Amino acid sequence: MTALYLTLLFPLVGVFVLAVVGNRPWAGTLNVLFTVAAFVAALKLSLNVFSYGTLISPGKLFYVDAFNVYLILLNALIGMTTAIFSRSYMAHEVEIGRVDGPRMRLYHAMYQGFLLTMLVALSTNNLGILWVAVEAATLATVLLVSLYRTPESIEAGWKYFILCGVGIAQALFGTVLIYFAAEHVMPGSEEALLWSVLRTHASQMEPQVMTLAFVFLLIGYGTKVGLVPLHNWLPDAHSEGPTPMSAILSGLLLNIALYAIVRFKMLVDPALGNHLAGHMMMGFGLLSFTVAGLLLHRQRDVKRLFSYSSIEHMGLMTFAFGIGGPLATFGALLHMIVHSLTKSAIFVTVGHVTHVSGTQAIDKIRGLIHTQPVVGWCFLICTVAIAGFPPFGIFTSEFLLFNATMKSFPWLVIPLLLGFGVAFAGLFRHMQRMVYGAPPPGQVAVTANMWPVIFHLFLVLWLGIAIPGVLVDWLNQATIMVVGMGVL
Amino acid sequence: MPLATMPLAEQFILTLAALILFSSFLLLAQSRIVSLINIFALQGGLLCLTTVLMAATFDHPHLYISAFITLALKVFFIPWQLRRMVVRFDIRRQVENVVGGPLLVMLAAGALTLFSYYVVLPIRELSLFSTRNTIAVSLAVILIGMLMIITRRKAVAQVIGFMSVENGLFFAAVVSTYGMPMVVELGVAFDVLVAAILFGIFFLHIRAGIGSLDVDYLNKLTEVDSAYDAEVEE
Repeated sequence: MTALYLTLLFPLVGVFVLAVVGNRPWAGTLNVLFTVAAFVAALKLSLNVFSYGTLISPGKLFYVDAFNVYLILLNALIGMTTAIFSRSYMAHEVEIGRVDGPRMRLYHAMYQGFLLTMLVALSTNNLGILWVAVEAATLATVLLVSLYRTPESIEAGWKYFILCGVGIAQALFGTVLIYFAAEHVMPGSEEALLWSVLRTHASQMEPQVMTLAFVFLLIGYGTKVGLVPLHNWLPDAHSEGPTPMSAILSGLLLNIALYAIVRFKMLVDPALGNHLAGHMMMGFGLLSFTVAGLLLHRQRDVKRLFSYSSIEHMGLMTFAFGIGGPLATFGALLHMIVHSLTKSAIFVTVGHVTHVSGTQAIDKIRGLIHTQPVVGWCFLICTVAIAGFPPFGIFTSEFLLFNATMKSFPWLVIPLLLGFGVAFAGLFRHMQRMVYGAPPPGQVAVTANMWPVIFHLFLVLWLGIAIPGVLVDWLNQATIMVVGMGVL
Repeated sequence: MPLATMPLAEQFILTLAALILFSSFLLLAQSRIVSLINIFALQGGLLCLTTVLMAATFDHPHLYISAFITLALKVFFIPWQLRRMVVRFDIRRQVENVVGGPLLVMLAAGALTLFSYYVVLPIRELSLFSTRNTIAVSLAVILIGMLMIITRRKAVAQVIGFMSVENGLFFAAVVSTYGMPMVVELGVAFDVLVAAILFGIFFLHIRAGIGSLDVDYLNKLTEVDSAYDAEVEE
């Protein structure tokens, strides 16, 4: 348990320390140190869970099992690599005068605050606290989206605030309904919102209330996942803020919201005894997947392009969790990891790309591979990986999902294949010109630290070629937890 | 069960539920900003009263704390902050036209209320007789708050809509489950407080960025062909 408390403590201390000293030249390094400390603690935590099984804190406030511990570790890892990138990126932004001292303090404090709220959301056992933490994650990032104070970024921030705020309010209504249903199973209990307790009583809960609750929860957390048609805020928020924020918003926050939906599905399924929750998720997922794939073709801003790609992948995962068999669930869990790693690597690369070309407009980014080969190549390889080419990990997980679909719903393979094709074309029609093509005159290379990107790509490649036995075992345990049986 | 044969406390709670729903309709129809803020404070007051009544009748002392938080946040702090903003930006006299016309919006709100009852109807009677009514009312308040956000163009009115959605949620928690566990309630109150402060900061930014609090001017980002060049100054 100590490891978990430490994982949460480091970002908590980080918020306060960086709120005071966040504008100093060494604040970026301090930010990295806090995330490294949190990552080490998370690593220790996952080893504990791996050797001793599920952990529940004494007050039953925190609950860590195979399903959330790997997300905690992923969170800490990407938080760390993005912080390394953020150090040089934000220093550059200060240099060119886009942000000043007080905003750097805000930025650094909220970076840590955002990581903290996500870790709390993942590790809490109380469904009410889960809601509070997800809402707090919105509040922590809303001022970062509008950090540059341009009219566009203010618009994006306002949209993000209102849409996510209202969306997430639906989830609270759903949570109240779950509590209402639970109160009748265990009257007067103080523990009626604890996930571990609800899980054991799930089958006795009133099905009608649970159905209604799940609809609200799916809409509420689904807004945060970016499911179509609730996705409008997402491309704006992900494209207008500073790039390190885009990396962790796209790479991590979306996962947390999906995690919440899956947790609730695990309660609703036994109560209903049918596949209603899964079908709803499949519908929303497939719609998001298709629509986002089509919208990729009409983007002119490179960060918006990859935001739509995030919607597409989140749609795919929602669809896979909706199918619900062990193979689909295993694939979706794996997809969560590889998508997060690849997407954060992409945003880090895009950060360097925008510094090289001085713009986010796709039409003006040209000839990266000539100006700065390392950035150009990383950009190309990242895109190849996110489009689902072998030998990268996304290919593996998509292949598993594809097989699972073939087995359970063969006719849905057609829209799925079409979607893959459309999305692939959407990415590459833009990519080709940005990476190759003649560089505009005067474009020069910038100092870029590509190690975080190369590290992420290496992990994704590793997961594509041979998933380590430890991880397979782990994901298998998580699959058993979610659907009741494993793939192995 | 006819109203007259119910215990007195439940009659009171039902009446308060009706009044809260009524105040939601008032919020929707009111076009003057200062009156809007006053009605919002009134709704908060009704909510606080309901909470105290629930606490006294069903002997849940922790609800007194919730009632106090509601009083402090929704009756005093948020309306005070909004009023301060309105004075500061000198928009006291502004009258706002509701998108789609008042009649249509009122009809829509009526339809939403009916829809809420329709949704809640299948829930079998579980404990309190009035649960069904109160859940339906809270759902209606939430939906009307959302309707208010989409029919208003002024940022202040949208914030009030947002907060009235929050009121609906709180009402649902208080009357159907005697409030949430204390730790959750404190967390939610903290989020609302932070949100209220952030809204204030946002007003300043919007005002500085587009010279008005009319969110219709926030229209640069679109779904396709968002032809926006990040570093325009270059």
